Amino acid sequence: MIATLLGKKIGMTQVYDAKNVLIPVTVVEAGPCPVVQIKSVETDGYHAVQLGFGAQKPKNASKPETNHAKKAGLETTPRVLSEVRLTGAADVKVGDVLTVAAFTEGQTVDVLGVTKGKGFQGVVKRFRVAGGPAAHGSMFHRRIGSVGMRQTPGRVWKNQRMPGHMGSDWRTVQNLRVVKIIADKNLILVKGAIPGANGDDVIIRSAKKAKKA
Amino acid sequence: MNPIINEITAAQVKTNLTPFKVGDGVRVHTKVREGDKERVQVFAGVVIAHKGSGIHENFTVRRISYGEGVERVFPRNSPNIEKIEVEKDSKPGRARLYYLRGRTGKAAMAVKVKRYEAPAKA
Repeated sequence: MIATLLGKKIGMTQVYDAKNVLIPVTVVEAGPCPVVQIKSVETDGYHAVQLGFGAQKPKNASKPETNHAKKAGLETTPRVLSEVRLTGAADVKVGDVLTVAAFTEGQTVDVLGVTKGKGFQGVVKRFRVAGGPAAHGSMFHRRIGSVGMRQTPGRVWKNQRMPGHMGSDWRTVQNLRVVKIIADKNLILVKGAIPGANGDDVIIRSAKKAKKA
Repeated sequence: MNPIINEITAAQVKTNLTPFKVGDGVRVHTKVREGDKERVQVFAGVVIAHKGSGIHENFTVRRISYGEGVERVFPRNSPNIEKIEVEKDSKPGRARLYYLRGRTGKAAMAVKVKRYEAPAKA
């Protein structure tokens, strides 16, 4: 069974668990994900399945996309396509639909997504550099400070923290607990925060480094 | 708010709780677990603040316990809150009664009651 789904971040809220403890959760709409294509060592050099998620309006879908979906027997063209690498041959076939039934309440999952873009940021926000005094004529507020030594080494080290683009990074949050699954609405509630803004696409999979029970 | 989130939390928002407002004297009955035993604890005082909405809604109750002011914030929708009794009704002129914090003695629990309705603005 492939325990990976494409989904959409809905937003955060809180729910009470069985012990009456209020838990912060992120609601993820996960699946249903039809299997669009199966890749194998013989034909593609590696094992993988291609999953689809969402639906495009027919006028927006390109011809190659539409026909690719048609080949898999889908009526609508998925908005998102993504591959899941497998170690062996796939135990699903084209046209199968993966749903939240692949997950159970209480298990841990990883959630992958693109973080919110912050644009070009200085070192204080980007690297949590302390910055200088605000007042008393300091004239050194949110500046970068020294970036190195003298003639030795005579250059700036690699990875020196400097201003630059922040956010919009592909990030994985590991080992989030599945608090609740609402199967009829394809919703998964995971404990804690996940990357991206509400409505962004995410991938949810069973935790790769799950603690063995 | 997102309709999906509304739907998830709606089931947990209490609808049968006794209505109360800021300034009221209340007795909050909460379930307390001690080991595997459960008992009911009562916290009586004045509601001095009421914040949030939906599942996040909470309120602060202030009381004087052995001469010391004690405040406790309750999540309104917590399943641990068994019931709320309203002992004293009042009409304070403001939404947050933080001015009670600086007071001692008898005045500490005396909520100032609004004397007149504000004249309607043209």
